[in-house]
Amino acid sequence: MIFAASPGAATLLVELGAILVALALLGRLAARAGIPSIPLYLLAGLAVGEGGFFELVTARDFIESAAQIGVILLLLLLGLEYTGRELTAALRDHAPAGAVDLALNFTPGLLLGVVLGWDFRASLLLGGITYISSSGIIAKVLSDLGNTGNRETPIVLAILVTEDLVMALYLPLMAGLLIGGDAIDVGLEVTIAVAAVMTALVLAIKFGNRISAIVFNRSDENLLLSLLGVALLVAGIAEHLQASAAVGAFLVGIALNGPAEHAARNVLGPLKDLFAAMFFAFFGLQINPAELPPALALALGLAVVTAATKLATGWWSAKQAGISTPGRLRAGATLIARGEFSIVIAGIAVAEGIEPDLGPLAAAYVLILAIGGPLIARAADPIAHRLGPRRKRIAGRSN
Amino acid sequence: MTQINETKLPGVGTLHDFECQSGDRIGVISHHSDRRELVIYDPDDPDRVSESVAMTPDEARVLADLLGGSTVTQRLDDLRQEIAGLAIDWLPISPHSPYADRTIGDTALRSRTGVSIVAIVRGDRPLPAPGPEETLLVDDTAVVVGTPAGIDAAAKLLAPNAP
Repeated sequence: MIFAASPGAATLLVELGAILVALALLGRLAARAGIPSIPLYLLAGLAVGEGGFFELVTARDFIESAAQIGVILLLLLLGLEYTGRELTAALRDHAPAGAVDLALNFTPGLLLGVVLGWDFRASLLLGGITYISSSGIIAKVLSDLGNTGNRETPIVLAILVTEDLVMALYLPLMAGLLIGGDAIDVGLEVTIAVAAVMTALVLAIKFGNRISAIVFNRSDENLLLSLLGVALLVAGIAEHLQASAAVGAFLVGIALNGPAEHAARNVLGPLKDLFAAMFFAFFGLQINPAELPPALALALGLAVVTAATKLATGWWSAKQAGISTPGRLRAGATLIARGEFSIVIAGIAVAEGIEPDLGPLAAAYVLILAIGGPLIARAADPIAHRLGPRRKRIAGRSN
Repeated sequence: MTQINETKLPGVGTLHDFECQSGDRIGVISHHSDRRELVIYDPDDPDRVSESVAMTPDEARVLADLLGGSTVTQRLDDLRQEIAGLAIDWLPISPHSPYADRTIGDTALRSRTGVSIVAIVRGDRPLPAPGPEETLLVDDTAVVVGTPAGIDAAAKLLAPNAP
């Protein structure tokens, strides 16, 4: 032994190992059942939190820190997926679709919060939870169904891009509102945070090449340390400016492109898988499973309504782009899945403790739509096929 | 000249597609990750992909070669025939192969798989009949002879370690 292990350290290792093994088994189960792993990680967290099967004691603090890094890596890798040019192009060409998406899908959550008599900030958070689709789950669904090349897919992806950009403004806005204080203070805080994000976004798009060249290194080890270091630094500074750590990391991801982006995805990918799994588990861990059943009916209702509004969003947007009926159905059904980003938003609410009912409702809601979304998308494919124009067989072609 | 449409797929890559004279529509998705995907559109629903084939960049190059009818691939094909249970193959030594920069003796290929390395192609220069003391360098190609099963085993031994 190089270091003297305290009994606490041994317990920490056992608890951490146990939870990782549990997550690994659930991940395999999810893959076999053909469902996303996020909801199962969430359930694992529920099982080991307060009121679960058994309670983690020692590892909780570590998992909490790991969860924070998980959010940063999730958003960093999301940013890596996009180049600045893709973002501006999506905004230019698909702003109406983005606006319809926001109007149709933010409203149900917001309204439910208002009807329940929640604090307006909790209602705004619930709006965010119902608004944002899961780009991770949707990317998986598209490739599993072999739909990436479909004509409606660019519209689906563009809607996801506009959602991510809206998030980049929404998160600092919520951070400002959550600090509270009088209207002028909050207004000033929010303005500064949003201005900082806009400036950073423009800088990231403009100087992305130069930043990437500085960060890039041939050695994976050096690259990993520089990337993680820069991302955590920027995220920390952003958090200090009340602009949300997650958004800081997202902007770092957008700034990176070329070989740096490519290499970053390779070295950070496995790290993201680890820490994001901890993040989903930690969200579940904060919720008492006993509070879940009472929230279930409401969550189911909200899920049905917001599945319908997403379907309408995809349908309308695809129609605008000249896609025929089957493609409209596929676009709408694909967009239904909610996942990682709804949990990011719900996590803020739980951390701030502004509305005790929000956490369980969000957990149940994400559980339903993270599992249900891909199932609906899968079912929509053959239905859309039947909706299509009657087969016009050309003589001599067979299949 | 064929009209090729280019569509950006944010977060995924770029799609190029075109319509053949036969009326069939095909396309290629170039993923950000360098992966290629060949897609064929459904004749009944032109918005939908009915078949998609995922390919590594190397496989895409092979397909492009084949479609182009390159003479190089034709010659390789002639050589790669099996003679009464005897097969010949080219095994590349990648930088991540466990035997990169080790000698042929180190691989113990003949005793483990019954396969012999009959030549090494280094750059464009062949080294015929290398001895067991010969070192396999990165980017070499080992020309091997043996049974098809033995060659499969040899390819696995020389292949990069699974990450």
